[in-house]
Amino acid sequence: MGSRLALDDGVYLRNSVQTAAKILVVGHFAVGKTTFIGTMSEIPPLRTEEVMTQAGQGIDDPKGAPGKTTTTVAMDFGRLTLSEKLVLYLFGTPGQQRFVQVWEDMTRGALGALVLVDPERLEESFPVMDLVEHYGIPYAIAVNRFDGTPAHSLDEIREALDLLPETPVVSCDARDQRSSADSLIALVRYLQSRLN
Amino acid sequence: MTTDDEHEPELTHEAAELVRPYVITNGRDLLDDDRFSLITLVTVAAEPPRTMPLDPEKLRLLELCSGGFLSIAEIAGHTRLPVGVVKILVSDLTQEGYLYSRAPIPSAQLVDRQILEEVLNGLQARFG
Ligand SMILES: Nc1nc2c(ncn2[C@@H]2O[C@H](COP(=O)(O)OP(=O)(O)OP(=O)(O)O)[C@@H](O)[C@H]2O)c(=O)[nH]1
Ligand SMILES: [Mg+2]
Repeated sequence: MGSRLALDDGVYLRNSVQTAAKILVVGHFAVGKTTFIGTMSEIPPLRTEEVMTQAGQGIDDPKGAPGKTTTTVAMDFGRLTLSEKLVLYLFGTPGQQRFVQVWEDMTRGALGALVLVDPERLEESFPVMDLVEHYGIPYAIAVNRFDGTPAHSLDEIREALDLLPETPVVSCDARDQRSSADSLIALVRYLQSRLN
Repeated sequence: MTTDDEHEPELTHEAAELVRPYVITNGRDLLDDDRFSLITLVTVAAEPPRTMPLDPEKLRLLELCSGGFLSIAEIAGHTRLPVGVVKILVSDLTQEGYLYSRAPIPSAQLVDRQILEEVLNGLQARFG
């Protein structure tokens, strides 16, 4: 750990890569973020951790008042080299986030976000959608259908989530690479359409 | 932080780990600037100084980066150091001439358009 890693195991980027892009994969607890990133990543997914002081309690004060709570915020991420020159990073972060710093860091420079939702727990998606909107990140909804749960039409879900008409809603199985890639493609097409 | 340690002998192991970042970075505040993002790409400089840094954390990071380009996030993931600490160490090592980092692409509509096009083509070529 920490020393130079074997050159031939694909840990390092190709030297030709010039540009790194970032897409966020967000959603509430246990919705499938880690699964999605693992399915799509070309490297074993990694995790970064930030030690955070609860927002509103003096993040910048290194002294640490007694009783102040610090928490470790973990982000999963994966990598996808998409051309000789371009690498895409997928970052997953839980939705119930009071940690402003982490969200600022994560959202800065992000192309967009894929919001994973579980149709059985739609209301749990509102906080994360609020956060993504707060940071001005354009997003698409990927509906993760879990086994043994009834099918909902995408229109029903669109209505329940009170989405803008242009926001894409696609179904997705985070365990399946083709399905997950299709969700990303739907998001990217939407991001393109916003520039026109 | 260190003074806190002295006054709080009952610090738990977990709390001791929380303090560690400040020790590594000599108590400096974590960087809050735009020079290094999670996806800034970093590798060793073509002509680094002849002497190696003394700081063991810096050495470890330099060793990791000697194999090729990695993002700041990947460096944090591999070393298990918090992102904020990695940014400081990378910033120092870059200033000292050991590391080279690819300047982040400024976000502009034209650039985004090109990147989105490339992302789409790449995804389709790979999974389509
Ligand atoms: N049927 C089905 N199960 C899924 C899907 N995605 C994830 N799961 C399962 O749901 C569980 C939770 O998935 P994770 O990927 O750990 O979810 P997460 O969002 O990373 O969870 P936290 O990090 O704890 O918030 C796992 O058991 C997965 O196997 C999916 O698309 N379909
Ligand atoms: Mg997870």
